[in-house]
Amino acid sequence: MTALLEVSGLTKRFGGLVAVKDIGFSINAGEILGLIGPNGSGKSTVMKCIMGIEKPNAGSVKLDGTDVAGWPTHRIARHGVGIVFQHARPLHRQTILEHIQLALLPDNLFMLVTDHKITRRAEEIAERVGLGQVMHRLPRTLPFADLRRLELAKAIARNPKVVLVDEPFAGLTAGEVADFSALIGSFRAEGHAVLLVDHNVKGVAALVDRVLAMYLGEKITEATAEEVMRNETVRRVYLGGKIETAARPDREGKGHTPLLDVRGLGVLYGKATALDDVSIHVGEGEFVSVVGLNGAGKTTLFNAISGLVPFSGTVAWRGETLAGKTPGAIARGGIVQCPESRELFGDMSIRENLDLGGQHLTVAEAGKQLDWLFGLFPILKSRQGQAARTLSGGEQQMLAIARALMMKPKLLILDEPTLGLAPVILEQLSKALEVLRQTTDITVLLGEQNVTFALPHADRVYVIEHSRIVWEGDPGRFAEEAGAGYL
Amino acid sequence: MLRSRTFQIVVPALLVMALLPLGVGGYILGLLTLAYYYAVFAMSWDLLFGFAGEVNFGPSFLIGVGAYTAALLNHYWMWPIPACLVAGAIAAVIGGAVLAVPALRLTGPYFGLVTLVAVLLLQNMLVLFAGITGGEIGLDLPDVLSIDDSTNYYYALAFMTVSGGILFGLSRSPVGLILQASGQDAIEAAALGFNVAKHKMAAFCISAFFSGLAGAMLIFYLGTASVGTVVDIAVGVNVIIAAVLGGRRTIIGAAVGAIFLIGAGEILRPLGQLSTFVVSAVALVVILFFPSGFMGRLLQSGGRE
Repeated sequence: MTALLEVSGLTKRFGGLVAVKDIGFSINAGEILGLIGPNGSGKSTVMKCIMGIEKPNAGSVKLDGTDVAGWPTHRIARHGVGIVFQHARPLHRQTILEHIQLALLPDNLFMLVTDHKITRRAEEIAERVGLGQVMHRLPRTLPFADLRRLELAKAIARNPKVVLVDEPFAGLTAGEVADFSALIGSFRAEGHAVLLVDHNVKGVAALVDRVLAMYLGEKITEATAEEVMRNETVRRVYLGGKIETAARPDREGKGHTPLLDVRGLGVLYGKATALDDVSIHVGEGEFVSVVGLNGAGKTTLFNAISGLVPFSGTVAWRGETLAGKTPGAIARGGIVQCPESRELFGDMSIRENLDLGGQHLTVAEAGKQLDWLFGLFPILKSRQGQAARTLSGGEQQMLAIARALMMKPKLLILDEPTLGLAPVILEQLSKALEVLRQTTDITVLLGEQNVTFALPHADRVYVIEHSRIVWEGDPGRFAEEAGAGYL
Repeated sequence: MLRSRTFQIVVPALLVMALLPLGVGGYILGLLTLAYYYAVFAMSWDLLFGFAGEVNFGPSFLIGVGAYTAALLNHYWMWPIPACLVAGAIAAVIGGAVLAVPALRLTGPYFGLVTLVAVLLLQNMLVLFAGITGGEIGLDLPDVLSIDDSTNYYYALAFMTVSGGILFGLSRSPVGLILQASGQDAIEAAALGFNVAKHKMAAFCISAFFSGLAGAMLIFYLGTASVGTVVDIAVGVNVIIAAVLGGRRTIIGAAVGAIFLIGAGEILRPLGQLSTFVVSAVALVVILFFPSGFMGRLLQSGGRE
């Protein structure tokens, strides 16, 4: 039997960054392959290359024997590839049924009347995915899970040979997950080839025939779900190797004076629950890590604290509530966030970026702070005049942290500083954080999916999973108590 | 539901408009004739903006190409009016295609900027070759549609009704659905197997066809083609305001907006220079507080049930 989808030697570069490196796999009819890897591992890029949304630099994507690599997306779709996007963006004025009809239409400029056969077929598909009761309603009146069902319905309507599913279960409740598993299973029964893309093995283990694990653009292993979970390299990527923890020198009052107190925090993105009853606290001078996979809710938690998203529950800063304060006021109050996306001013030089961070300081203070930061990150000193966008990913991250520190924060929030960085850069960054931790009494709240990076510096660790805090404790106890659930 | 409600509004309105020449004077008819041509400009623009999701800042490029092609053919070669109209519409489609092929490759605001620059180029060309085109003074036409106010009015009304019917029908057809999906999320539309560029290109050509044809009709009504009436940036701005005011993605709203804009400008004429200011202020308020426009609101409340 020939494979329906056969990918070999797939490589994609973005500028100097190799996002996907020599990836190959094949999926037969009636088979489900899971593609997993932490954030930034390149799995989404692989999916986009198959769909033609990104053009691969090298390699082939054979669809039932035809190499479609580099074709425009609509031709690849017509040739038999369907995709279920993670984020549904339905049209506002069309009913659910009309959305399914859209997926059934041929690519033709002269179709002026809707065919009755198409309408009937759309109704059948709506029934099949469980949208039969609501097919004449507008998307905005439906709950999140039904919008995900609509995405599945559109894929079914196209009847593709190969179905790509991006994070099938993100944002769904346990009952909905069971429903969706059954629907995806029905793709297999009908002889489609299915590629499931997800962050971890656990989520897709029950459904897949095989799993391919990726890290930093490369394939780590391809095996059954159980074997992948036992694989040493996979364990190291997700859990880190030996975790060394170092205690911070004790200071008077450390951890006792409460600085930040978050209670019962809830955040909704439209209809999807992003955070559910989250409570954390950070004491003065503490280094607290929040670990969790991409999509678990870390960034949302930080954005709620910084006043960037509306929330329910309370956030107290030094005993006063932050509700109703603008993000600007919160930042001036001493909570400075260094966001995942870094948000540097790309056309400005390193020095200009840092000076902007120090705007509210006096000239003398700013100079002192700058000297201290250049000591912490010597590379920034040697490249002061260089435009921020020309820096490497690691240098940009250092600059982002340095700029945040220019504001002399009382609480520094670091969101995924290691995202997309090579291991050697990670080490430099890790050293800088350790110096920061040993020589100053700064309070840090770090969000990470890379446990190896997050644990060594932490005084205390929270694990966040599916919008909830599931574990809190000492970094030394993490591996035995929370490690297994993290794969 | 939506459809029948739209008809409930549109059919009586058209009836009233058809009976107007029996009751009102030539001046008002003349004003409405102008408004109906503007309505076609605005509806063509809405097909592109509301459905294909592309902001064309230069509707008067398409209008002007159609108008001046017709005017030059009539002035120098004495082509009959119907032939000039057809030639004008075709020229606008060709001009539009030449513009759209490179412009649709660009993303974000660049498509809009290209269309804006196109208007300025056309305007400069016309002024530069004033010896041929009549420049800012304009080009007299030997032929006019009619010298009778009522006949001119009916030409315009019929033209608007037919154009509006075709554009509205297109917007509600399966092709319109594909176009709307392409405008809202090009990647998803492509992943569903639709050639987004092809559909947007088709929308641009249809928009150009009706804009060019309306431009040509307008100058044969006015008896003269001038930069100020069919090419100037201000003409394009009015078209855009009319379409947004009337309601994006409704086609019919664009016509309502155009008639309102021309009508209000006239009613406020005693205010002198201030009238433009007042109309603009009203437009601003509507766009800020009712972004779905006149018709958008009306149709929405009908669709909610």
